[in-house]
Amino acid sequence: MSKLKVATCSLAGCFGCHMSILDLDERLFTLVDLVEFDRSPITDIKQIGVCDVGIIEGGVCNAENVHVLREFRSHCNILISMGACAITGGVPAMRNRFTLKECLDESYISGMGLLDAQIPNDPEIPLLLSKVHPLHEVVKIDYFLPGCPPSADAIWTFLTQLLSGQPIALSYTQLHYD
Amino acid sequence: MNGGPLFTIDDHPVLFQDGQTIMEAARAAGVYIPHLCFNPEFAPHGSCRVCLVKVNGRTQASCTTPAMAGQVVQSETEELRDIRRGILEMMFVEGNHVCPACEKSGACQLQAVAYYVGMLASPFTYFYPRRALDASHPDVVIDFNRCILCELCVRASRDIDGKNVFAVQNRGIQAHLVINTPSGKLGATTFSITDKAAQVCPTGAMMIKNQGYGSPIGSRLYDQESVKIVGDVAQVPESEGGRRHE
Amino acid sequence: MLVEPGTLGQTVEEIVQRHGSLPTRLLQILREVQDSLTWLSPEAMDVVAKALGLSPDKVCRVAEFYSFLYTTPRGSYDILFSDNITDRMLGSRQLLRYLCDKLGVGIGQPRADGRVTVGVTSCTGMCDQGPAALVNGYALTALDKPRLDRIASLVNQLAPLSEWPPEYFEVTTNIRRADILLGRHFADGAALRAVLKRGPEAMLEELVKSGLRGQGGAGFKLALKWISCRDAPGAVKYVVCNADEGEPGTFKDRVLMQEYADLVFEGMTLCGRVIGARQGFVYLRGEYRYLLEPLTVTLQRRREIGLLGKNILGEPGFDFDIDIHLGAGAYVCGEESALIESLEGKHGVPRIRPPFPTTHGYLNQPTVVNNVETFAVTAKIAAEGGAWFASRGTLESKGTKLLSVSGDCERPGIYEYPFGVTVRRVLEDCGARDAQGIQMAGPAGHTISPKQYDRRICFDDLSTGGSFMVFAKHRDILDGMRNFAHFFVHESCGFCTPCRVGTSLLCDLVDKVHTGHGARADLDEMRRLGRIMKAGSHCGLGQTAPNSVLDSLDQFPEAWMRRLRSTSYEPAFDLDASLGEARRLSGRDDPGAHLPDEYSDMVRLAGLLAEREAPLSDDERNLLGVMP
Ligand SMILES: Cc1cc2nc3c(=O)[nH]c(=O)nc-3n(C[C@H](O)[C@H](O)[C@H](O)COP(=O)(O)O)c2cc1C
Ligand code: SF4
Ligand code: SF4
Ligand code: SF4
Ligand code: FES
Ligand code: FES
Repeated sequence: MSKLKVATCSLAGCFGCHMSILDLDERLFTLVDLVEFDRSPITDIKQIGVCDVGIIEGGVCNAENVHVLREFRSHCNILISMGACAITGGVPAMRNRFTLKECLDESYISGMGLLDAQIPNDPEIPLLLSKVHPLHEVVKIDYFLPGCPPSADAIWTFLTQLLSGQPIALSYTQLHYD
Repeated sequence: MNGGPLFTIDDHPVLFQDGQTIMEAARAAGVYIPHLCFNPEFAPHGSCRVCLVKVNGRTQASCTTPAMAGQVVQSETEELRDIRRGILEMMFVEGNHVCPACEKSGACQLQAVAYYVGMLASPFTYFYPRRALDASHPDVVIDFNRCILCELCVRASRDIDGKNVFAVQNRGIQAHLVINTPSGKLGATTFSITDKAAQVCPTGAMMIKNQGYGSPIGSRLYDQESVKIVGDVAQVPESEGGRRHE
Repeated sequence: MLVEPGTLGQTVEEIVQRHGSLPTRLLQILREVQDSLTWLSPEAMDVVAKALGLSPDKVCRVAEFYSFLYTTPRGSYDILFSDNITDRMLGSRQLLRYLCDKLGVGIGQPRADGRVTVGVTSCTGMCDQGPAALVNGYALTALDKPRLDRIASLVNQLAPLSEWPPEYFEVTTNIRRADILLGRHFADGAALRAVLKRGPEAMLEELVKSGLRGQGGAGFKLALKWISCRDAPGAVKYVVCNADEGEPGTFKDRVLMQEYADLVFEGMTLCGRVIGARQGFVYLRGEYRYLLEPLTVTLQRRREIGLLGKNILGEPGFDFDIDIHLGAGAYVCGEESALIESLEGKHGVPRIRPPFPTTHGYLNQPTVVNNVETFAVTAKIAAEGGAWFASRGTLESKGTKLLSVSGDCERPGIYEYPFGVTVRRVLEDCGARDAQGIQMAGPAGHTISPKQYDRRICFDDLSTGGSFMVFAKHRDILDGMRNFAHFFVHESCGFCTPCRVGTSLLCDLVDKVHTGHGARADLDEMRRLGRIMKAGSHCGLGQTAPNSVLDSLDQFPEAWMRRLRSTSYEPAFDLDASLGEARRLSGRDDPGAHLPDEYSDMVRLAGLLAEREAPLSDDERNLLGVMP
């Protein structure tokens, strides 16, 4: 049986969820027996191929996030929203309490130590959405795995249940929003 | 079991006294029904709707429905779990609940009840309302982002403390908690950390200053056992991670 | 401001004193204070609070709860267009924009000179003579451009309402079909003479025999309610007439209060005699402000001829009087326990039930709350007997029902039918030739498609409080659904989670689909939200708020489907628009500064269709990928 293909990426997140994947430690060896990683910070593959499972941490805060997320959605059979930022917008979404102008002014105009203060207009820099959004407001999401980050145990339970076709049932201590 | 009127919850017989609600009788019998705006020290309110049960086939709030002999009450059914979960999901999109950045996380009854009903995420669209944070009081911070309008602080301050510090204003989705002073600031009131109102909030909307992140992750109030076992945050003493003053 | 700041205290004090400084009159007091000041400033509310000995937050709670009370400045003329779907069918939206342009105001914003505000409000109950509006609380009917031209100049000349053309305020009753309630003559006092002659017990027997059920919609057996109130412990009892009539599309209570007030008052007085109450209240919706003076005159006349007041009809100890309370724009106050809260001068959040008003009502005393029509019928039954009434109708629904018919028909107005009449018969009688659907019993009721036109209007089949809104073939039924969804967002009291949050979530989804941005997944989410709201809400408002969406999903699936994109999922918000702010702030407009939407053509088309309210052409069907 060919291995399932898995891709992962981080959008408006802190890579904490990916660190938690690394926390699987020796279970990672079992995991790579079952799956093959496609695009992921773990493999450093930049271009996503057709995959069975996509796992995304972080919410959607800018135009590039939208492109990457759409690409994941169109390439992955199953898409998983992992972590508080992906599921609720999380800490990055705390900027939603301010207008985008207030945020940009604070960073680029009135912040300390700025020379030639201006809001960047380089086309290389992705434009910010007026608000940070959770993934499920931009594409269809098949599974949610909460936590900030979800613990390695929670990730392990989730992945083994998913890969063996069982219903997802986290234990009490594995279900966390923080 | 000795005499007295009986009803059943999920086929378990529950004895009750006249005048008790289904919630009160269930509590006395050690049967947990999830709840947020109910607190046994206060008259029932019936606003959060998390305590819904089916009474003889009709969905009703257990905290406001009088117990009656022969009632057939269903509580832990998949249908009710889905409705309760849906109501929790609504609460999470209505306010701004950033649990990772909330000092109350782990000892928050809203969160604990959401865990209890198995909510993984809210599938609804987030409102991201712009709400204030009031740190004007020397001992207490009010973060309106986390208020679920259970009105426990309103009731406690009005009915027990006799201070009437809190109120809800406006209607519909505009309804929101306010502080009863012209400036709207808690610091301008006679509110005190020893008030009953400081001991009842089921969420992180009301927080005692200089206490942040008191217990490490893993040993917070609801980290190891669910709210069904641990009980309400307002009933657990402060020394054990709850809100109740000894 | 019509009142100098220095005299504010005096003005308010006078009003408070006129109301006996009673906290139960708070809502009435605030209405009058606002009538003289145009809005409720913090200072004015403070004076009211002090004069009544209430805490300021209580006064503020009331002021912020009712939509006709303003805590921010309004114009001296406050014009509110009725925003029911039937007004919209008659072009109210265009007229609203027309008047705003004419007056140079934005919607809901007072004009810079403080002279006028133009806004919208929930259905004002003039559906058979719309487009309608309110000016400073008084009903305007049959609006058109010439009338609005004139109104704009009257406003600009600061002409008092008494100088406006009286025909603008004319409210006709449009009674199209009369049966035993509207048709037969009733001699004032006949019911009271009957109860004096035969005694309350015999009257109750007649009412039991009649099988009368509450006409407000829920259909509770009337005699049971009166008996349970009569038997409830409590020295003081009350009779309350529910004239809140907030259900969009209903206006039969307005007609009864305008033309048959004696019958209604007589029914209330009868009830007082039967249950042992001496005080009655009419809770009249604020939209019917124009009826207050005529009703007051009628009450006075009844006192003078011994049908009200002390020793009624010369019977020692038969004392009963009636007070009128005005509402102030809150549909939820039609719910009987919210209504009682409002009568007590408070904001209208429904109480926990049980206990029910029959044991714990006004001021916690046993109280009967009945609909206007119900009271009118009781007076007739008392005079003519229960058997006479029961000879009409069906087994479970005796007697007749008043229907308020509006929308796409030739003869909108009031139709009285024996219970059991078919929808089809009503459609024929009112001249609705090409009805694609009916909204029965208002937005909280049932959405009916032609398959169901042979169903019968009665409690055992299609129950109704009386609203009957007809949608012709050329209408987009979703315009109605969207209008109703917005109505419930505006009218939710905000007390309980499922209704407070659910009405907004549901409305956002309806908007999303209606504007052509929806997908299958959104319909599924609507159904789930509907389930949660129905099962979970504290009162009937939230429990019925999703009905029209849920019904129309079943009855008019194609109306929803043709609005959907062919995808299974669509984002919750407009991605490209969400970059707009950043584009402005950075000055960028390069391709990378946009999020292309492959469906943008379809969005535009769907938007156009929504405006046009016409069926799809074949080309459009193809483009939208709609299944034939
Ligand atoms: C949101 C809501 C609005 C209501 N509005 C009205 C109303 O405008 N008029 C009315 O008679 N009943 C209304 N009712 C029903 C009342 O609660 C109550 O059942 C009725 O007044 C009883 O009178 P009846 O038995 O004569 O019908 C409403 C109920 C709800 C839940
Ligand atoms: S109040 Fe509770 S649910 Fe809300 S952010 Fe804090 S921990 Fe999370
Ligand atoms: S602050 Fe806390 S106690 Fe008060 S209403 Fe909000 S959630 Fe309830
Ligand atoms: S259902 Fe709840 S929020 Fe809605 S009107 Fe009733 S009490 Fe208020
Ligand atoms: S990046 Fe994992 S929760 Fe925020
Ligand atoms: S606990 Fe019963 S409604 Fe809140």
